[in-house]
Amino acid sequence: VRRLREGGSRIDRSRPVDFRFDGREMSGFEGDTLASALLANGVGAGFRSPVLGRPRGVYSAGPEEPNAFVAVLEPSVDLIAAATMVPLTGGLVAESRAGVADLADADASRVRTCRRIHRHVETLIIGAGAAGIEHAQAAAEDGDRVLVVDERPEAVVGVPEGDEITVLARATALGVYDHGYVVIHERSYSGERVWHVRAERVVLATGAHERPIAFAGNDRPGVMLAGAVATYAAMYGVQAGERAVVFVTNDWGVKVAGGLRELGLEVAEVIDARSGSRIVGTRGGARVREIDVRDGDGAERSVEADLVAVNGGFNPVIGLWRAIGGEVRYEAAVSCFVPDRDGPPWLRVVGAAAGELPPSEPLWFVQEGDDSEKFVDLQRDQTVADIARAVEGGLRSVEHVKRATYIGTAVDQGRTSGVLTAEIVNQLLGSDPGAQGPTGARPPSTPVSYAAVAGPDRGMLLDPVRRTPLHSWHVEHGAIFENVGQWKRPWYFPHAGESMDTAVQRECRAVRTAVGIMDASTLGKIEVVGPDAPAFLDRMYTNSMSTLRVGHIRYGLMLGLDGMAFDDGVVMRLAEDRYLVTTTTGGAAKVLDRFEEWLQTEWPDLRVYCTSVTEQWATIAVAGAHARDVVAAAGTDVDLSVEAFPFMTFRDGLVAGLPARTARVSFSGELAYELNVASWHGLAMWEAVVAAGEPFGIEPYGTEAMHVLRAEKGFAIVGQETDGTVTPHDLGMSWIVNDDKGDFVGRRSLRRTDLVRPDRKQLVGLLTEDPEAVLPEGAQIVLEDTGRIPMPMAGHVTSSYPSAVLGRSIALAMVERGRELHGTTVYAPLLEGTIAARVTDPVFYDPEGARRDG
Amino acid sequence: MLLIPCPWCGPRDEAEFRYGGQADISYPIDPDALTDEQWADYLFMRDNPRGDFAERWTHAAGCRKWFTVVRSTVTHEIVGSYRVGEEPQA
Repeated sequence: VRRLREGGSRIDRSRPVDFRFDGREMSGFEGDTLASALLANGVGAGFRSPVLGRPRGVYSAGPEEPNAFVAVLEPSVDLIAAATMVPLTGGLVAESRAGVADLADADASRVRTCRRIHRHVETLIIGAGAAGIEHAQAAAEDGDRVLVVDERPEAVVGVPEGDEITVLARATALGVYDHGYVVIHERSYSGERVWHVRAERVVLATGAHERPIAFAGNDRPGVMLAGAVATYAAMYGVQAGERAVVFVTNDWGVKVAGGLRELGLEVAEVIDARSGSRIVGTRGGARVREIDVRDGDGAERSVEADLVAVNGGFNPVIGLWRAIGGEVRYEAAVSCFVPDRDGPPWLRVVGAAAGELPPSEPLWFVQEGDDSEKFVDLQRDQTVADIARAVEGGLRSVEHVKRATYIGTAVDQGRTSGVLTAEIVNQLLGSDPGAQGPTGARPPSTPVSYAAVAGPDRGMLLDPVRRTPLHSWHVEHGAIFENVGQWKRPWYFPHAGESMDTAVQRECRAVRTAVGIMDASTLGKIEVVGPDAPAFLDRMYTNSMSTLRVGHIRYGLMLGLDGMAFDDGVVMRLAEDRYLVTTTTGGAAKVLDRFEEWLQTEWPDLRVYCTSVTEQWATIAVAGAHARDVVAAAGTDVDLSVEAFPFMTFRDGLVAGLPARTARVSFSGELAYELNVASWHGLAMWEAVVAAGEPFGIEPYGTEAMHVLRAEKGFAIVGQETDGTVTPHDLGMSWIVNDDKGDFVGRRSLRRTDLVRPDRKQLVGLLTEDPEAVLPEGAQIVLEDTGRIPMPMAGHVTSSYPSAVLGRSIALAMVERGRELHGTTVYAPLLEGTIAARVTDPVFYDPEGARRDG
Repeated sequence: MLLIPCPWCGPRDEAEFRYGGQADISYPIDPDALTDEQWADYLFMRDNPRGDFAERWTHAAGCRKWFTVVRSTVTHEIVGSYRVGEEPQA
């Protein structure tokens, strides 16, 4: 055992802790990290590099570790972690990993719980070193609530908590964002938490990482960072080797060598680069046994040693600073990049992170020796030779070299390799040190699992699910649902053994030949109320709503300011000063947003209030030749005769004993009644109508049949036929644009040169030559089947279905100059062959509207 | 994530708001009187300054009010926020 006889300020030698690593039972002490315990057990070299499979050992004592990665399997699963960051705990089971997680370790039943916490504090300190503690205590004395986070294990952090100071260990600040918003990932054996902290002041006290020197054979186990060797000796009472050589570029490193001797380690020699001496090679298989040294006078010699402690200076840990746009400058005295200029007023960098570092001479790599043995990024197995190859290949920017070599992209995010790479590139290009800094930094500063970021937002909690008041009936009757925004809508209702096509054809036939019933509750509904409501709606719709009489209904189309179709729906006038506006299912929120925006920002003088009432109402469409019979059979005090209750009007009354607003609107072209009832009466009404409709052969139908039925009638759907580039004129709906009523949103744009081009795409119908062929939606349309690619594309198919009532397929399409092309043949060239189709009017069924009144 | 001072509700996370682009682009009094170029200028062209920028936000998941924020496009520092009808201090 390589434990020193005494010392180790962080371990408690009276409390041994048993653990298992790579199948071997071992023992350490409370306060150990897995890395210190492995070194104490003499197995710190039991790792492999991910690409080349070279033997590797523990290299550091902190989060910059590039070699010693493990999967923790007990007491809870952590797919990949640096051994230097894993606190030793009783029953710990870990296995070495070559820097790459193995998903086979993921046991879904044992994945740690992930929670999210929101916290507000006056001062957030990132890093619990000397500078961080000093600032935390000062802030607490000023009365601040203080949160201190540090990514090292609890025993390492050891900050005294006070009433106003909260300390999180094993907590990594993933990113610092605008206005003091910081996201922190906290790990423990019981679970993970992501903290979303808003702080008035953020202090980056993230310290500095030691910088290695790239020399031949520097990846051999036994080569470690000098400060890490000292940490293991002083804090954990562990000697990382029997006989050390110290290779440094500065006085700090020389002092460390002295400290190691005082702690009882044998230090064979200090190789100080400033005297011209260099390590030019290491020997010894899977563990250093001997090093080759070349002195300043050129003399070469060998030194026996199993530990090489290296320090080439320090790099401030400023990834968080740089990710929020903080600038850096090269500071020659400490040969590294330090924060430059002021950042945002709420952010400070202090201590070593701010560049308060011991002076150091620059030495990035040793000239002598084989470049392909001088490792720069240990975790990507990239060497000075790899960088040289990239530079010789013409790459001048460190960013390009990074992308050519993948340096800095591994789990350790280049903590030890980033600055080294930049300076090696500078040197190879003959530039001064600091000419180019390291590559850009962005969050997360350390890899974090999706599960931790998602926290509780998974499964049913990922996104709200909206269900209509009739949902339970649909489930009981075997509906297949489709998602429309957050809504679950019945897509179709298959009978036993039916395919989707068969079910949809049956549902369509029911509506065309008997009667169908559909849940239309998801349609957006907005009450627009106030003395100026008529004038307001006239400005929002292309047609006039002020002339709509009470008790009547009008279809309306809204445009964007750019003149493009935005949303549509029917509008009911409930009273002189009260309208019920309906929107598409997916458009409800954006229509309300738009109403409120215009009312608040352009027309605050209009006395109008808008209220979303979508979920107050259940809406049931009864459609088909027998619709009147069914509503009558359900029992109503409303006179349903055509004369008393014409198309596009509504009546309030009782249906099936329930108060209902019954509207004569139709999206299928058939006689239809839309029953609007309070949401809590929805299910009772639906069941009553289904029961009343049974003798007439009523069938529930879903959104797919609804789409087919409306396509047979040539009704465009905003968002299906349109894509934000389609005007009402393109849709053949010039009849709905009332140019005489005054201004409305989008009106001026309709006169723009581009919107009156004669060659715009226009809505047409397509009938394939082969009535069985169903064009794929999205298929491109060409006017001539030249067989040569490319062909000028004239349009695309927007809707396409087999139609039961027509006994053939139908399609809608947007085609250039489409209305001039009626009667001509166009082509859809597809991978599996070209489909020819005749251009027609988009209304395929009952063009004279004979079925509307039953 | 910005901390946006809603003039009605106080400071709230950016996630509660929706962005509305440059402020004080008034709807033309008589769109018919504008040439295509003038209309396109109103419709499409917006300033993109380096520095303070008056922009519209709406507290979509809060009070649903539209208001104006003056924000530095360089530092994201928010100089102030103003209700409809209040004038940002130049």
